[in-house]
Amino acid sequence: MYSASDLKKNLKIQIDGEPYVVVDFQFVKPGKGQALYRCRLRNMITGSQFDRTFRSVDSFEEADLQEKHMQYLYRDDSGYCFMDNDTYEQIHLTDDHVGEAKNFLMENLDVEILFFGMRPLGITLPNSVDLVVTQADPWARGDSVTGKMKTVTVETGYVVQVPPFVEEGEKIRIDTRTGDYLTRVK
Amino acid sequence: MKRLLAAGFDKIFQISKCFRSGECGRLHVPEFTLLEWYRTGADYVSLMDECEEMVTFTAEALGLGRKLDYRGVSVDFARPWERIAVSDAFLRYAGISAEEAILNDRFDELMVTAIEPHLGCGKPSFLFDYPVALGSLARRKADDPTLAERFELYIGGLELANAFSELTDVGEQKERFASEREHRRTRGMAAYPEPEKFLEALASMPEAAGIAFGIDRFVMLFTGSASIDEVVAFTPEEL
Repeated sequence: MYSASDLKKNLKIQIDGEPYVVVDFQFVKPGKGQALYRCRLRNMITGSQFDRTFRSVDSFEEADLQEKHMQYLYRDDSGYCFMDNDTYEQIHLTDDHVGEAKNFLMENLDVEILFFGMRPLGITLPNSVDLVVTQADPWARGDSVTGKMKTVTVETGYVVQVPPFVEEGEKIRIDTRTGDYLTRVK
Repeated sequence: MKRLLAAGFDKIFQISKCFRSGECGRLHVPEFTLLEWYRTGADYVSLMDECEEMVTFTAEALGLGRKLDYRGVSVDFARPWERIAVSDAFLRYAGISAEEAILNDRFDELMVTAIEPHLGCGKPSFLFDYPVALGSLARRKADDPTLAERFELYIGGLELANAFSELTDVGEQKERFASEREHRRTRGMAAYPEPEKFLEALASMPEAAGIAFGIDRFVMLFTGSASIDEVVAFTPEEL
């Protein structure tokens, strides 16, 4: 159990059976009055946000969250299939769960999946992934001075800006947090 | 300080560090600075006048003149300042009476969310006449014993000072402490010991008024600081 004085940004608590993360937090106390904790909470399932004021006597359950190491296997009609590295159990995630991460999902990629009880909430990728360039215009050598970037497509279908020397068939490293090109991989 | 009043000092002040464990926020640090002053023969209305004089004097001495902009809120120090009773503030800004707010245990919450944001905007505001339960060291109002002669000063939404006409009736002070102790007990909070020496001195203390004025927030006001962390030497995290 948490008490109100434990409240801080990013704390994850459970209210009425749903997990919430504290996205903003303010301690307030009217002169000689009781301490109040004004929080902006985000529902970790629906994403909706709301403000709520707690008192020092309030307490909260810890959100029953668990991060599991899983491996991406394949995509089929029922979604994205992942396997639990410990139990070998398989689950399917929907487009909503996966979100932008779909741009970087390669077979056998190790990821972390956050569960609330049995329910998957979201997916955390490694900070960078290596992907093969499947389509790139050839390097026009004259462009090297301008440093202009060009657009290429990688094996997941993701389209990214890269320096002009990157060629089709090469492997490049992409930052999964920003979606930006980092370097070529030999 | 009240023991000094009882010992015969009639105009006293101190600037000292105060400590409130665990209070950290935009307007709170566990170690802060208060200016307190007491005057015998005075009441809370005379302290309102003294606040007006001290704040305008400070603003002029700083070369700021009569007007100030605190984080987008403009404040005009020209007197008279707003004086609004707690009961009126609840009806005007919270839409319910202060009594009802206390019954529903929402007084503090509504004060912070609905009322304080409006106070001290345009002109500084004195919020005065609190329900007696919220002024345990303050004298009852002669014409309405349900109210205590207490005020808070707000400028630009900042709560700066808390003042009372001091309660000097030892019997009543003991009763108020007892009911406060009971209130804390039912909420599972630690009890304060009976302040025996204070109660002893109170018997010989003359009528007086006293005020506690937050120096750190006063500096915030004049420097346009968003957070009290910006005006103290060390934040709680740095101590």
